[in-house]
Amino acid sequence: MSDTVTHYNFAYLDEQTKRMIRRGLLKAVAVPGLQIPFGGREMPLPYGWGTGGIQVTAAVIGPDDVLKVIDQGADDTTNAVSIRAFFAKTAGVSTTEVTTDATLIQTRHRIPETPLSSGQILIYQVPIPEPLRFIEPRETETRKMHALSEYGVMHVKLYEDIAQFGQIATSYAYPVMVNERYVMDPSPIPKFDNPKMHQNPALQLFGAGREKRLYAVPPYTDVISLDFEDHPFEVQSWETPCALCGSQESFLDEVVMDDAGTRLFICSDTDYCRTQQERTDA
Amino acid sequence: MRDPILSARGLSREYAPEQGCLAVDLDVWPGEVVGIVGESGSGKSTLLRLLSGQERPDAGSLIFTDRAGQSHDLREASESEIRHLQRTAFGIVHQNPRDGLRLRISAGGNIGERLMGIGARHYGEIRAEASRWLAHVEIDPARIDDLPRHFSGGMQQRLQIARNLVTNPGLVFMDEPTGGLDVSVQARLLDTLKRLVYDLGISVVIVTHDMGVARLLADRLLVMRFGRVIETGLTDQVLDDPQAAYTQQLVASILQVS
Repeated sequence: MSDTVTHYNFAYLDEQTKRMIRRGLLKAVAVPGLQIPFGGREMPLPYGWGTGGIQVTAAVIGPDDVLKVIDQGADDTTNAVSIRAFFAKTAGVSTTEVTTDATLIQTRHRIPETPLSSGQILIYQVPIPEPLRFIEPRETETRKMHALSEYGVMHVKLYEDIAQFGQIATSYAYPVMVNERYVMDPSPIPKFDNPKMHQNPALQLFGAGREKRLYAVPPYTDVISLDFEDHPFEVQSWETPCALCGSQESFLDEVVMDDAGTRLFICSDTDYCRTQQERTDA
Repeated sequence: MRDPILSARGLSREYAPEQGCLAVDLDVWPGEVVGIVGESGSGKSTLLRLLSGQERPDAGSLIFTDRAGQSHDLREASESEIRHLQRTAFGIVHQNPRDGLRLRISAGGNIGERLMGIGARHYGEIRAEASRWLAHVEIDPARIDDLPRHFSGGMQQRLQIARNLVTNPGLVFMDEPTGGLDVSVQARLLDTLKRLVYDLGISVVIVTHDMGVARLLADRLLVMRFGRVIETGLTDQVLDDPQAAYTQQLVASILQVS
């Protein structure tokens, strides 16, 4: 990694901006699942690449933190590598790929397979923070619906799934009820990860850069996936274990191997997969 | 004698002088259909929006009594209370079904929304209820998964009625429910409406400029002009023996086809 640059403030953002974001985060933690507006800044990467997550990370990171960044579970994709390098350069923090070594994990679309522990912070990049947006385009109206807990329409979405596909076909960004009060979009993580949010000992922060919203799930908070009594919430499952590490408990990606239709199912969480392989090798 | 389900006194909402609705007194009794007639701009729709809580009055009082006998002061009620009443105790049928339906949601989902809104969480039961209501409003239950945009205008309007009646509201507001439909479809819709109203014993406030619709459906009529109620009475009485000069003109203007 290159040396820390000195012509930027620590972690790129100026202190006033960080203060503003932290104030928003405090409010978000105090009211779990409620979306808090914040003054999003232009960041040196495009919207949709994690501008929300990177601002939250910049606001909470300290010199002693150890940062891990994953994109679809992988530590080695362009997005993850760039954001990790960005903070190594602007904040001089040490980085890691090992989930248990990290104090701060910025993620796009996954929650690590390795259980998180108390004291860790998981920061999600969020494209569309509003779970009601699909049915109600007006922001004034969705805010009112949240305020008055008018969440009947969320089940209309699930109803439509069952009516069309015979099952709840929503497989990512699956809506959850946080702390028995606010319906929240958990960002486009697979619904496989939804149960991990429930009563998680780590602090979970969400940042949406384009929409300029923050929200949070404090440690040990109830996060329940919406469902019907006769169509209960279910997570994805696979017929084969991971082709690399043999795990039967992790979320698998399908990889096309050649033009003849050969395919391979491997863990999406690269750190978890490596640890599992080392364990079986030993 | 029971109390009126909805009671308005001196209800006013003025956008500009003589624009809107002025000092309206109205009682709606359980099981009764009240028609509001008048020309465009006479304040009919404003009155309906005031009565249904979609708009707040400038002056006057408005009391709604629910099935349990609980009174709600709609002028003072919080927005949360009014929206709750609109979801449970009221039905609101819009003139244009596109305003009252979710067009990208199937017919079954449209009917089920209110049920899910009040806590129904059993897919099979919601679906059975939606299917039952489709039959009630004479739509083939086999079309439960079709989108409303694939329905004809008359079917959309009937779907909108089913969507509103599914939670068994005590009071339904309708703004020109037959507007924009051709005569035969209109007749069939009126038949359906009449049957449902008498079977379920719901109260209805219906706004229309069509005297034929008023005569068929309404037990009682209010004639409005320049924001004021100028004549009220039993429907047949008002239409057969109009007192106010304007009502006489209105009745005389009904096309007689013979």
